[in-house]
Amino acid sequence: MKRQGMKNESITVVSRRDFLGGVFSAGALVLGASVLPMQSDAATTGGATWQPSVYLGLEPDGRVIIIAHRSEMGTGIRTSLPMIVAEELEADWKRVKIEQAIGDAKYGSQDTDGSESIRDFYDPMREAGATARMMIESAAASKWGVPASECQAKNHEVIHAKSNRKLSFGELATLASKQPVPKKEQLKFKPPAEYRYVGKNVPIADLDDILAGKATFGMDARMPGMVYASVERSPVFGGKLKSYDDAEARKVRGVSKTLTIPPFKQPYGFQPLGGVAVIADNTWAAMQGRKKLKVDWDLGPNASLDSAAYKKTLQETARQACKVARNDGDVDAVFKKAAKIHEAEYYVPHLAHASMEPLVAVAEFKNGKVETWAPTQNPQAVQDTVAKAVGIKPADVTCHVTLLGGGFGRKSKPDYVAEAAVLSKQLGKPVKVVWSREDDIRFDFYHAVAAMYMKAATDEKGRPIAWLQRSVFPPIGSQDDVNAKYGTFELDMGWNDVPFEIANFRAECGPADTHIRIGWMRSVANIPHAFAVQSFTDELAAAAGRDRVEYLLDVLGKPRKIDLRPPAERKGPDPYMLDTARMRRVIEIAAEQSGWAKKKPGNGRALGIAVHRSFLTYVATVVEVEVDKGQIRIPRVDIAIDTGKVIHPDRVRAQLEGASVFGTSIALMGEITAANGRVSQSNFNNYPVARINEAPMETHVHIVPSSAPPAGVGEPGVPPMSPAICNAIFAATGKRIRELPIKKQLA
Amino acid sequence: MIQITVNGSMKQYDGDPAMPVLWYLRDLLDLTGAKFGCGMGLCGACTVHVEGKAIRSCVTNMSDVAGKRITTIEGLSAAGDHPLQNAWRAVNVPQCGYCQAGQIMQAASLLTEKPKPTDRDIDQAMQGNICRCGTYQRIRQAVKMAAGVKA
Repeated sequence: MKRQGMKNESITVVSRRDFLGGVFSAGALVLGASVLPMQSDAATTGGATWQPSVYLGLEPDGRVIIIAHRSEMGTGIRTSLPMIVAEELEADWKRVKIEQAIGDAKYGSQDTDGSESIRDFYDPMREAGATARMMIESAAASKWGVPASECQAKNHEVIHAKSNRKLSFGELATLASKQPVPKKEQLKFKPPAEYRYVGKNVPIADLDDILAGKATFGMDARMPGMVYASVERSPVFGGKLKSYDDAEARKVRGVSKTLTIPPFKQPYGFQPLGGVAVIADNTWAAMQGRKKLKVDWDLGPNASLDSAAYKKTLQETARQACKVARNDGDVDAVFKKAAKIHEAEYYVPHLAHASMEPLVAVAEFKNGKVETWAPTQNPQAVQDTVAKAVGIKPADVTCHVTLLGGGFGRKSKPDYVAEAAVLSKQLGKPVKVVWSREDDIRFDFYHAVAAMYMKAATDEKGRPIAWLQRSVFPPIGSQDDVNAKYGTFELDMGWNDVPFEIANFRAECGPADTHIRIGWMRSVANIPHAFAVQSFTDELAAAAGRDRVEYLLDVLGKPRKIDLRPPAERKGPDPYMLDTARMRRVIEIAAEQSGWAKKKPGNGRALGIAVHRSFLTYVATVVEVEVDKGQIRIPRVDIAIDTGKVIHPDRVRAQLEGASVFGTSIALMGEITAANGRVSQSNFNNYPVARINEAPMETHVHIVPSSAPPAGVGEPGVPPMSPAICNAIFAATGKRIRELPIKKQLA
Repeated sequence: MIQITVNGSMKQYDGDPAMPVLWYLRDLLDLTGAKFGCGMGLCGACTVHVEGKAIRSCVTNMSDVAGKRITTIEGLSAAGDHPLQNAWRAVNVPQCGYCQAGQIMQAASLLTEKPKPTDRDIDQAMQGNICRCGTYQRIRQAVKMAAGVKA
């Protein structure tokens, strides 16, 4: 999320016990192969012979085991990171076995958030692979009595060309483990020209299992003797249980009993909300029993939350002077004497993640320890959250990570896992908590609503000479601080980092109260901020009667590098400085590939463009819309992306194709509102997401070749979508959309 | 007592006849390929075949399928090599993969009815199956590939 840097993973020879502790946990062995397919080899391999890093092990039979320590929610990370290790190791991909790590701080951050996995672990993975390769080569050298420099690893073997001798990786495993570990500065990396996997397309590790219906998601996890739970929670955030009657619930066939989960204490963090759980011998019975509960809640102070009134408050706040977050030049002085002033207000509502897999977890509390199987983006947060909830130490929580049926940020908040653990502690047996879709939408950590006010003064060419922008939204910081009213790191997401060349520029942030849980969702505050900044830029271009692409390039200004670090932290070079030349390039490529210059608006059809840098990646998006009788179709989207070095081009394309659809849902239909403190939406009928007939028909992804350090991919495709769609709608119809979702605004 | 055939094998069920087929498959038979997504027939993640035709198993009760033949993704092909599975593999359709069994079962039903579907046919048949990752364009491509129609 907020973190930029990375704790440096140093390479050491870890003991066999350490390695076993991670991959082949005691729990996994106990549970065995038949129950837990993802770990099915754990019992049989019994741990690798040699583990040159926490990410890597080698068996005497030649099998290489690579540890996937980040969570797979559809980005392909369970494939891409191991590819980097295999590449530098010179391993044969067919003999690589990928094992999912349990939660353990020794792997470094496992918080699969912020599009950081490749960015933060590209180097550690290369180093792990190169270290092992060099140790295998020196093992061969010592066996043959030749210099290591004459021995070369190639596709799972070491070759001594002079004498035409070969040894397999497996044969060298034991001896390799006794070689000195090369220092980081001694590591030799493969020249990119020799890459066999990196930069190429390898099928994702779980492809066959997914297609056969055999892949294990959280929803599919089982523990022997487990029971099922469905939890009734307060309809209003912060409500407390007064009393309940479960007589009818317990009459449902399959229901065994009901239990309570204590309410959370502010700040809400990742704690379970609390509620009444119905325990049954199958999911459906638990859900049926829950419908029969009669629960009386003390709804608390949030029962008056009303989205229409709340929206008004945010908008009024945005019209007043707010807290200054960035201030260049003197905006007010220019406004005072400016001939031309433009103002506009934008609004983006709360949004729900709505992963296809509702929240779910299996947990067993036994002998003061917890073992859990969960679709989580953050197994170490599971350890912490579960430990606090049941009163044990984080180290006594073993978190196995299943595949995730989507995550988008929701599954890094493990309240649902803690629910299962709390219930298991009371019951003395494993519990599977299954959230319904209604639970998933009503008890989300919502993407924050935002009201934004924009003001600019322009010169005779329509170029902005002063720019003021205010953003007002409930902060994610409310998770940890009941008094949090202002955004913090959210302002680094498309607000303070607007790269336009404007001498007078002020960005402000206004206060907002929080009445429901707030959390990050795929690309976070970049969503409203890109919407406001890129729509407003388009409005200014339109007012000046200028071509949007030409205008965007003009406002971006001359190619330059912007150091976005706070002055105190500007020590040494920053490889991730905002480079407006890279931003220009994606704009030019998107324009060219979409046929911008040739396609003129007409018959309700037009193009719109938006550009945004987030998660250190530059994305320009051109959307073609067709508006007919209030209906929008998107025949084509062109996305140009500069994300630095690319490990897996096909998965980059897939993420951008997906972002195109995700962004379409946000623009066209996504909206969470509350009335009487209760979230009004509940399922895909009233919280629609784009379907095949509503999604862009084609999304073309253009990857800019780059040798810059790898940046984020999962999120940066989302922010430019809604402004590009709305800018295209304006070009097609003359109607400016300033509030999302578009819904019926065109009717 | 309800008798049904699941992926070719005979089953007997004596639980609540109102239980949706989805939970019978998942919780009682441990056939977890069909997924729970909405519980209201809105997302298609639970799609299986009854007598070869795609249905939403989350809103189809056990009493509705008495004496019928159910096929799940696990039974679509013995070796995971149905033409649709092969096409899905060739195009690398899945991202998270959660909805894909439902997508494939829905597409299989479409191809049975319309072996050479048009874009409009695909839109019509597949719009009940949500993919939140947004793999639609590859789904379309894979359906066409399996059907041998031009992309």
